[in-house]
Amino acid sequence: MSTEPALLTDAAVPAPRPTNLFAGLARDWAVLFGAAVILVMIVIGVGAPFLGTVDPTEINPTFRNRVPGTEQTIRRADGTTATYRHWMGTDSLGRDVYSRVLYGARISLVVGAAAAAISIAIGLVIGLVAGYLRWLDGIVMRFMDGLMAIPAILLALAVVSLFRAGIVSVIIAIVVPEIPRVVRLVRAIVLSVREEPYVEAAIMTGTPTPLLLIRHVLPNTVAPLIVQGTFVCASAILLEAILSFLGVGIPPDTPTWGNIMAEGRGLFRVYPHNIFFPGLCLALTVLAVNMLGDGLRDRLDPKLAKRM
Amino acid sequence: MAGYILRRIVATIPVMLIVAVLVFLMLRLTPGDPAAVIAGDNANAEQIAAIRTRLGLDQPIVVQFFIWFGQILHGDFGESFFFKKSVAELIVSRLEPTLALSLSTILIAVLVAVPLGVLAAYKQGTVIDKIVMGFSVLGFSVPVFVIGYSLIYLFAIKLNWLPVQGYQRIADGVGGFLARLILPSLTLSVIYIALIARMTRTSVLDVMGEDYIRTARAKGQVERKVLFNHALRNAAVPIVTIIGFGVALLIGGVVVTESVFTIPGLGRLTVDAVLARDFPTIQAVILLFSFVYVLINLVVDLAYRVFDPRIRY
Amino acid sequence: MRKFAILLAAVAALAASMLGARAETTLRAVMHSDLKIVDPVWTTAYISRNHGYMIYDTLFAMDAQGEIKPQMVDKYEVSADKLLYTFTLRDGLLWHDGTPVTAEDCIASIKRWAARDTLGQKVLSFVEAMTPQGPNSFTIRLKEPTGLLIFALGKPSSNVPFMMPKRVAATDPNTQISDFTGSGPFVFKQDEWKPGDKAVYVKFDKYKPRAEAPSGLAGGKVAKVDRVEWVAMTDQQQIVNALLAGEIDYVEAPSHDLLPLLTEDPDIHLVDYNPLGNQYAFRPNSLQKPFDNPKVRQALFYAFNQKDFLDAVIGNPNYYKVCKAMFVCGTPLASDTGMDGLLESNFTKAKALLKEAGYDGTPIVLLQSTDLQILTNLAPVAKQLMEKAGFNVDMQSMDWQTVVARRVKKDPASAGGWHGMLTSWVSADILNPVMSSFVNASCDKANFGWPCDAEMERLRDAFARAPDLAAQKQVADAVQTREREVVTHIWLGQWYQPIAARKSVTGVLTAPVPVFWNVEKKGS
Repeated sequence: MSTEPALLTDAAVPAPRPTNLFAGLARDWAVLFGAAVILVMIVIGVGAPFLGTVDPTEINPTFRNRVPGTEQTIRRADGTTATYRHWMGTDSLGRDVYSRVLYGARISLVVGAAAAAISIAIGLVIGLVAGYLRWLDGIVMRFMDGLMAIPAILLALAVVSLFRAGIVSVIIAIVVPEIPRVVRLVRAIVLSVREEPYVEAAIMTGTPTPLLLIRHVLPNTVAPLIVQGTFVCASAILLEAILSFLGVGIPPDTPTWGNIMAEGRGLFRVYPHNIFFPGLCLALTVLAVNMLGDGLRDRLDPKLAKRM
Repeated sequence: MAGYILRRIVATIPVMLIVAVLVFLMLRLTPGDPAAVIAGDNANAEQIAAIRTRLGLDQPIVVQFFIWFGQILHGDFGESFFFKKSVAELIVSRLEPTLALSLSTILIAVLVAVPLGVLAAYKQGTVIDKIVMGFSVLGFSVPVFVIGYSLIYLFAIKLNWLPVQGYQRIADGVGGFLARLILPSLTLSVIYIALIARMTRTSVLDVMGEDYIRTARAKGQVERKVLFNHALRNAAVPIVTIIGFGVALLIGGVVVTESVFTIPGLGRLTVDAVLARDFPTIQAVILLFSFVYVLINLVVDLAYRVFDPRIRY
Repeated sequence: MRKFAILLAAVAALAASMLGARAETTLRAVMHSDLKIVDPVWTTAYISRNHGYMIYDTLFAMDAQGEIKPQMVDKYEVSADKLLYTFTLRDGLLWHDGTPVTAEDCIASIKRWAARDTLGQKVLSFVEAMTPQGPNSFTIRLKEPTGLLIFALGKPSSNVPFMMPKRVAATDPNTQISDFTGSGPFVFKQDEWKPGDKAVYVKFDKYKPRAEAPSGLAGGKVAKVDRVEWVAMTDQQQIVNALLAGEIDYVEAPSHDLLPLLTEDPDIHLVDYNPLGNQYAFRPNSLQKPFDNPKVRQALFYAFNQKDFLDAVIGNPNYYKVCKAMFVCGTPLASDTGMDGLLESNFTKAKALLKEAGYDGTPIVLLQSTDLQILTNLAPVAKQLMEKAGFNVDMQSMDWQTVVARRVKKDPASAGGWHGMLTSWVSADILNPVMSSFVNASCDKANFGWPCDAEMERLRDAFARAPDLAAQKQVADAVQTREREVVTHIWLGQWYQPIAARKSVTGVLTAPVPVFWNVEKKGS
């Protein structure tokens, strides 16, 4: 589920850094909306234990499939009782969906952020090296072409079948198909920067290659990679949900939005709340990340922005 | 020209070779033992060992690769561990639903997305443009299965207009075939519409800035005529390109959509095979999809070079 | 591109070839799982057993009262010393290829079945010789008397002794058969079988049913529909939707949580076809630390309670029964002997046992199957109850096929093995200590989990030799008492699965197995 902008940014050409970046961003309502939603989701994820939740893995066989708003009297360890309201109902094991959705935000955000960071880091290194060392370029790029020819979801399915299902294997499964796209982007930038007069001058004065890469090439990759990163993040969150939905993702007792939906899938007609709430959170988060990405691209990458 | 076409075709060979190596390696390095799966409930260690020998799983990995690759070149994808049938036969029997679903999705997507994209470009900066682009972002953000379930709930359960699931072969009646194809195709086309609408808008905007459009406008041609005679025709090339790129997206969606709508196509075969660690089937399906993807992009690329008046050799 | 064109042509040809094969009445059914293995002797999978009842016939069969009645056998005689059995087959029995069924076919089939089946192995150890006496008669001579021979030949559930032609029965028992010629009321359409999509059966016109009315698995097997299609569907909600919409006619195992949707529709009825129901079971791996210590296994017996499991999976108390009898409530061998204090979630007692056993907190690798709705929720309940008792649990989730592959591994749990798993038995499979394969405590030769107890094996032998029901009951009670010490497995309650069908479908028989003879479909 790689999204389209990944393909389009291949042609990206580095741009001078805009000076009024944040002022410009703040005026863009789409970016504001995106950032606000992401912030809310981070607060929800981090603050999940303090937002009136219970243990998201605690099962209760006698209190299954309750509709949103049902109250339950729970007995605490010290013998006192309290009334707990299941704002989003319970699932087929009697677990509190509200708690699971809140804790699920953690996994989605971690998967999204980690996938973005890792694929960019790896892609950046490979791309810089491939762009600079001509003899390596051919091999690396053919390899990347091969990797890109495998549809992302199939590659991810194959990767999760390699390892025991878990958050790490799911992140790897998402990262692997994203790497070639980052590599292509970075390489394109390197190739165009090489032609710049000041870089040619630096080469002639005998600046060592690593220094050259760090001083002249790296800064030019920052903006397009931030944009690329947001799109990787969005597709990673979606892909995690899809893998869980197909039953090959993170273990089902771990609360993730995909898992909650996979669990509720069989009963969606009678108890749609199991799909509705996590689905809403998921769509909202991905939408926010995408909008933020679009906005960032408009500001950071004027050439592309004009095209889009 | 012929030289270019030849070079381009030859260039796909190493790509496919690398795909083959990757696919092979990935699945042979799995910790799960396929021999144990095949042997079944009551098998003992010797039976498992015998199966391992029969399948060549005890050979060195390099030998396994060449045996496997040689067989594939002869069109022999081996026998499915899980389904106990030849993989080629399995794939052929699953081809029609996936093909029908993909083609109808592309058809719907193009019919809806191109006019939307042109409209958005034509009304650039207006509310209509913003709405179209907003829906396009939304299309990327909602998981396919959520769209699928929503459509089923609305059109199949509440309104009772269409079947909830299943697939009917076209030979068993065109009516039933189409009725069962509508909901899955709609579901799958959402993300594709988002992609194509966006690309169409960009391409049309690009072309509208070109000199000949300005000339046409200056000559006093009607705006709509300019749009369709010049802008869309020239924007068609990048739009076709994106349809080619989007095939990867489509394949991903097929896997999920077939699972939601119980369509016996290649997507469901893939998921079943992954769950069962059915290596020959996984390998063949990934190879096939990758081959189709490379092939479509080759055709698109060649078409681009042949038909785009702006590219000269 | 050419290759592609060839593929397309093949698809078109395939589709066109199906046009001619339209039958008059087609019953479209969704079974509990997809048919992937078509050798019901090679596997114990229930879907393969159901397939077996479609296309094969049996020598004897269990009727609705639980009695074993002749089926392919016309009549049989037992000598006064109970050592010589003489069987005569009915006239006019034919294989699907038109050739007659012979005594030699039957003997070969019994041999192949006995090589795979737990009960079959036990019974065959009593057999001295099986000899054909002409084309449709044969004898079985025993070394010593056993009450189990006829019962075994009429065994209702996995593995069922299905009769196959001699050329098929000659297949090595450890290899799956590839010729699906049977003599049952339906013929398997091998050319239309697409695993993951559907399996197709058509009526066998030359089948000669018994004259008696059908009862359970016995009596006349009359096919009343021309064609049965088993459609593969996995999404529970979609299955129910399809039934409500009339796209399918029959659902073997609708999810209990969705039954309210079905009962409120006037066109749907539920059929309780299997009154004995099913039993859930937890199987510890007696080879692995800490479960190699009986005290730790006993702690499970104290920690668990049946209601939590049943509530979590079935939910509706109309469809489950808390039952401490190992050999199934409602049957002759049911008893509460030796069960006091067990299965009551007495965590104090469980903790004490763990302490006594010196349990060091080793993580218990618990296998969870996630793709069979009827099993999915069991493992999380087991995990929670075990944790309350002081166990450290590592629940690993996977699909059922992987569980099946993994549970036969004897490796340590940390190296791809396992400690515990949960499954369900059809009650008809576990009615006594010889049939019930989890009770088999013959160490290495036992089923996965490999319990090892000489006393248990002695009791199972005694059961095979028990002359009458009273004696059998006494031994069965002793087995249940012994379980308290040995804990080969823990039974977690009985549950019942109704079939859901359109009202146009009638004649579903009461039997331990969903069978399709006698089933009618009106208005089509």
